[in-house]
Amino acid sequence: MRLDRYLADSADRAPDKVALVCGAERLSYRTLESRANALAHAFRALGLKRQQRVALYADNGPEVVVGIFAALKAAGVFVPVNPLVRARKLAFIVEDCEVRLLVTSMRGLREAAEALAACGSLEHVILGDWDGSGEPAGAQALRAAGKCVHALAPLLAAHPAIAPPNPTIELDLAALIYTSGSTGVPKGVMLSHANMHAAASSITEYLRSAPDDVILSPLPLSFDYGLYQVLMAFRLGARLVLEKQFLYPYRYLELLAAERATGLPLVPTISTLLLGVSDLAEHDLSSVRYLTNTAQAFPEAHIRRWRELLPNARIYSMYGLTECKRVAYLPPELIDAKPSSVGIAIPGTEVWIEDEAGAVVEGAGGPGELIVRGPHVMLGYWNRPEETARCLRPGRYPYERELRTGDLFRQDADGHLYFVARRDELIKTAGERVAPREVENALYELPAVKAAAVLAVPDELLGNAIKAVVAVREGMRLTEQELIAHCLKRLERFMVPKHVAFVAELPVTPSGKIAKRELA
Amino acid sequence: MHDSNQLRCDIRQFVIDELLMGDAASMLPDGASLTEAGIVNSTGVLEVLMFLEQKFALSVADRELVPENFDSIDNLVAFVQRKTRAA
Repeated sequence: MRLDRYLADSADRAPDKVALVCGAERLSYRTLESRANALAHAFRALGLKRQQRVALYADNGPEVVVGIFAALKAAGVFVPVNPLVRARKLAFIVEDCEVRLLVTSMRGLREAAEALAACGSLEHVILGDWDGSGEPAGAQALRAAGKCVHALAPLLAAHPAIAPPNPTIELDLAALIYTSGSTGVPKGVMLSHANMHAAASSITEYLRSAPDDVILSPLPLSFDYGLYQVLMAFRLGARLVLEKQFLYPYRYLELLAAERATGLPLVPTISTLLLGVSDLAEHDLSSVRYLTNTAQAFPEAHIRRWRELLPNARIYSMYGLTECKRVAYLPPELIDAKPSSVGIAIPGTEVWIEDEAGAVVEGAGGPGELIVRGPHVMLGYWNRPEETARCLRPGRYPYERELRTGDLFRQDADGHLYFVARRDELIKTAGERVAPREVENALYELPAVKAAAVLAVPDELLGNAIKAVVAVREGMRLTEQELIAHCLKRLERFMVPKHVAFVAELPVTPSGKIAKRELA
Repeated sequence: MHDSNQLRCDIRQFVIDELLMGDAASMLPDGASLTEAGIVNSTGVLEVLMFLEQKFALSVADRELVPENFDSIDNLVAFVQRKTRAA
C-alpha cells in the first residue's frame, strides 16, 4: 500500500475528525488532505518529477506533515532533516541525494542560505512561516544563485485541493532518512512505500492501536520514531498531538490530560524528566492505554515506576534501527517478568542470533550479531554500495536481503532477546546515535588541535554523555569555551561534547591508533 | 528583591556564557523566544532552572517550569522578580 493512501483514506472515512493538534492549531483530515493535495500540485508545477527528492528542514509542525504527504502525492521522495543540524550538514544531505525542493522556515533559511546557495540540484525553497511580505533573511543569497524562494500559503491557495494523478507503486521509494554512520558521514536509508507500510502495519498490530487513539508525541519528525507516530495515526484515522519538542514536563502533563492522550511514545531522557516531576501521581493519567520506549534501553527502575503509576496501561520496551525501523518488542504481559528484555521479532518478520562463525544460535545463548529478515528491511543506503554491502546480504530468495544489525544480543531459553553491545563504536546519547568520528572531524578543524578522541561517559539524564579528550599543539592555545563554540557552529547540539579534557598526549595502540579504551 | 537592571544583565550574561557558549553576536532581543531560536532544548531548560535556583536562591516548583516563565529574557526577569518579591 502507498503511504499517501493513509491520509486520503482517513479523509474519506472521517473528513471532519481532528487529525493533528499542534499548538493552537487543530486540523481535520479534510484540511490536511486538501493542503497536501494543493502542495503536491505546486511541487509538480515547480518541476518535481517522479521519485525526485523533497527535503523538510523545520521544527515539528503542520507544514512538515503536509510537506511529507505532498511529496508522496507528487510521486516524490521525502527527506526529513533534523532541524538541529547546522548549515553544512544540511547542504551535504541536499547535495548527496540531489534535493530539488526544500520546505523550511524563515529561521532555517537564515541559518543555511549561504550553504544552500552552493547546492547545484536545489531549485526551490518554500518557507512555511513566511506570509510573503518583506524579504526574509537569506532569500537574496538564494535568488542570486538562481534559486526561487516561495511562501507556502500563496502556493496552497493557487492550486486545486483534489489529489493529482500518482503513478507511484509501492516498490518505489517513499523516504530517505539520514542516519549517522561509523565513518562520521551521514547515510540516506532508502525506504520504499512497501517497507514503511510493512513496519507501520506490524507496529500498529502489536500496539493494538485503534482509531480512537490520541498519540502525544514530542519526538522530531526527522527521527523515524517520531515520523511513524504520524504514519500510524493517519493509517488508523486516529489523532496525533504533536509537540515541537519535549521541554516543559508540566506542560506535557497538562496537554496529556486535556487531550485525553492514550499513547505515549517516550525515550529514556523524556521518561527521566517526567518521573522527576514531584507530584506526578496527582496528574490525570487515566486516559493512557500504552507507553512505548525505544532508542535506548528502558531502565528497569523506570519500568517499575510507570507500572505503579499506570497499572492498567501496556508498557512496551522495544528495539530498532532506522535500517528497518523496528526489530523487536517485548509483549507487555512480560514486562514484570523480563524487564531487561526487548522480547521478540515484530509481527511479520523474523530475527536470529549468529555466532562469530555465522552459525545460528539455538536455545539460550549468545552473544552474537542479530540478523533481521522481513518486508521492513531497507533497500540500501543511497549511493553507498560498499556500506550497503556490509549491512545487507543476500537472503533466502533471489530478491531478498537480510539486515545485519551490527548489534550483539543474547537470548534466553524462551527466545527472548537481550541487547548486549554495539559492534561499532557509535554512541547513544539522549536517544540519538552519534559517530565519534563526526565529532572528532569537527575538532580537527581547529588548528590548535593536535589529536582528539571522543568517547561516551555514563550520564544519568542522557544515558551516555559525550566527552572529548584533546591534545593541543605546542605553542598554541585553546580554551574549552572556544572548542565548544566551534562544535556548536558545526554540529547538532546533542553531538557537542558535554565534557572536555585537555591532555599533553593521547595514548596510542601499537598500530598507531588512539587507544580509546585507556581514556575511558 | 533584585535590582531589575542588574537582574536582566545577569540573566543575559548567563544565556550568552552558558547557552550560546560566549557567542554574544547571536544574542536575541529580550522578548524573543529562546525555544523558537533553537537556543534551548530540554536539557537547556534544566540548565536555566539550575542557574536560577543557585544564583537567586529560588526554589522553582515543577508547575512553574513553563514557557510563560522561562521562554525569553523578559519572562525570566519577570519570573525572578515575582518569586523574590513573594519570598
